[in-house]
Amino acid sequence: MLQMSVNSGPNAAPNAAIARTLAQLPEGESGVLDRLDLPDDIARRLMELGFLPGHIIVPARSAPGGEPRVYRVDGSEVALRRETASHLILRPSKGPGKASSL
Amino acid sequence: MSDCHGCAGCAVAEAPPSFQESARPHVVAIIGPPNSGKSTLFNRLTGLRQKVANFPGVTVEQRVGKAKMHGSNQHDVVLVDLPGVYSLNPRSEDEQVTRDVLAGSMPGVPKPDALLLILDCTNLGRHLVLAAPILSLKLPTLVILNMADDLKSRGGQVDTAELASELGSPVALISASKGQGIEKVFQFMEGTSAGTTSLAPPRVELPVLQDIPRCRQWAHDVGTGAAYRAPAPPIWTRRLDSVFLHPIAGPLIFLIVVAGVFQTIFSGAKPLMDGLQTLFLKSGHGIEHILPPSIFRSLLVDGILSGVGAVIVFLPQILLLFLFIGILEDSGYLARAALIADRTMAKFGLQGKSFIPLISAYACAVPAIMATRTIENKRDRLATILIAPLMTCSARLPVYLLIIGAFIADRPLLGRFFGMQAGALLGLYVLGFVAAIATARLLKSSILKSERVPFVLEMPPYRWPTLRSLGLRLIDRSKVFLRRAGTVILLVIVVLWVLENLPVKNGQPPEIADSFAGMIGHAVEPVIKPLGFNWKIGIGLVSSIAARETIVGTLGTIYGKEGTEDSVGLRKALQSDLTPGGAIALLIFFAFAMQCMSTVAVVRRETGGWKWPALQFAYMTFLAYFCALIANEVVRSGVFTLTAHR
Repeated sequence: MLQMSVNSGPNAAPNAAIARTLAQLPEGESGVLDRLDLPDDIARRLMELGFLPGHIIVPARSAPGGEPRVYRVDGSEVALRRETASHLILRPSKGPGKASSL
Repeated sequence: MSDCHGCAGCAVAEAPPSFQESARPHVVAIIGPPNSGKSTLFNRLTGLRQKVANFPGVTVEQRVGKAKMHGSNQHDVVLVDLPGVYSLNPRSEDEQVTRDVLAGSMPGVPKPDALLLILDCTNLGRHLVLAAPILSLKLPTLVILNMADDLKSRGGQVDTAELASELGSPVALISASKGQGIEKVFQFMEGTSAGTTSLAPPRVELPVLQDIPRCRQWAHDVGTGAAYRAPAPPIWTRRLDSVFLHPIAGPLIFLIVVAGVFQTIFSGAKPLMDGLQTLFLKSGHGIEHILPPSIFRSLLVDGILSGVGAVIVFLPQILLLFLFIGILEDSGYLARAALIADRTMAKFGLQGKSFIPLISAYACAVPAIMATRTIENKRDRLATILIAPLMTCSARLPVYLLIIGAFIADRPLLGRFFGMQAGALLGLYVLGFVAAIATARLLKSSILKSERVPFVLEMPPYRWPTLRSLGLRLIDRSKVFLRRAGTVILLVIVVLWVLENLPVKNGQPPEIADSFAGMIGHAVEPVIKPLGFNWKIGIGLVSSIAARETIVGTLGTIYGKEGTEDSVGLRKALQSDLTPGGAIALLIFFAFAMQCMSTVAVVRRETGGWKWPALQFAYMTFLAYFCALIANEVVRSGVFTLTAHR
């Protein structure tokens, strides 16, 4: 029990300035995209769909089993697998995640 | 296929690249991002006057149609539907084709005289990005803001006059699915066709095209300038998603939908199929009453009518399947189904978008292979194309029903409602599916090992499917199917009938064994004997290389000559002529073999060469022969006393 709480320490405190990936963002919270850690052509494809640095992304429902997950971004909904979402790096959040303003 | 191609080409290829008003048609291209309602607009403008082909040398679909102008003295406008793209950066084949057509460098397609740029106005900020590269082409362009009804009902708004003056192009706010505002599109085309439209330079400066963030910012600024207010999120879509993507209810509904589609295809189509069958039988009897017995009557009734009729009977099933796929696709549920299926498909090295083509392959591999166009990843697409013909298509059904009816006892297997025959049929469906996914795994772990292209799936809002769009789809499918029945299958039937009736001996047609068809059957007999097939089945197999279901008609005419014409008689004749081992082997052979020229042709077209269809044909034939051989041996040795070759 003690072990667990120690391990989950950093994750439990969103104030800590640790860069999270989109895959780690819980459903309903929002994050601001910082950069796409992907090859150029794939990054461009995602940027055309709205995954642009500075844009707010809100994870929505996921398929049964948690994969792939739907993201609300730039006025539309796009599903990504976790392997892709884990290469989208979010800006370190200051304080708890803002409510979606989309 | 070739006729579509020729016609789509001729409409444009005949025109010399001069500026003679009368010789050259006025060409308008429709361009827009995916999910902007491009196809709906194209259908709305052209109706049934459209052809589908491929752009020369590539696998990208080309849809060309004609729009009738309201002006009495005006010629029809030729409309070219371009693939859905977000930008003109040539990374995918779609984008390259779009660029080439717009630049006038696509062979056989003239440079468009005007453009219809269609954008989803419920998501204008993102869709306007495409306006930058399109407007910089300096062609007369109508900017169409589609989904006006959605924008209004969800409380969004946009000042079209202001947007038009910003962009220097006319702007039309329309709803393509409801037909609202369509007249503005016709007015624009009448204007450009008559040459009365003048180009105004855009008031806003166009951005540097390669920089996506800057283009997006530009689109945002243009939208703000036109007082664009984005609509509220689609409440109903979110409500429906909370049900359809629910962790428990979601997969359950998914299974119910898939099962329901199957059940309806089988049971719902039955009355119609029975009706068609009766119609063909009755008209056959009718002709026999009217015409005196002659060689011509025999060709008409025993050959053409029974052979082609045996195929056309499947039209209701195929239409029903396309009706379902149409409803699922147009409503937006298909994207959710792809999302739910993705995890499972990923286990076999495929992805969610492969699911829809594979399900369609249960009706027919030809449209299924055409449906793989939605898969952007080339290797995933190729893998799906290569395994699709292993799924149990409806052309196998008559063969299965005939053999199962003749050789499997109708005893209950699981309760009263699920008998041995249904079990055998289900088993064959499972067999095809297992072979397909095993082949997918094999391909994806060897020659088609994927470079890591991410799975990206846009979730469109739910919409009511329109009767117009569903109707157009069904008419299109019926045409394709009936053309096939009227050409390939008809030809095979006639050729076969001729081969059965030659050489003439003493003015009489020969016994089937002595005819040319019989000779062919005898020639292939040594090859197929290990599978438990005799020379008559051999004739059937040879004829079924063109299309699977032909074997039923062929066997019908072969045994028909021996005095059994109805299906009960055919079953009896087969029972006496085929061992149980041979019957099981025949079923398994049909489950795996690629006996379908239409499929071979469509694979060649979609993969751009003979390499893949040849490999596929060889693989499937080998698989079919090998598994049928094993099945025959197992049944012979296990259940029945082993007898040496006769």
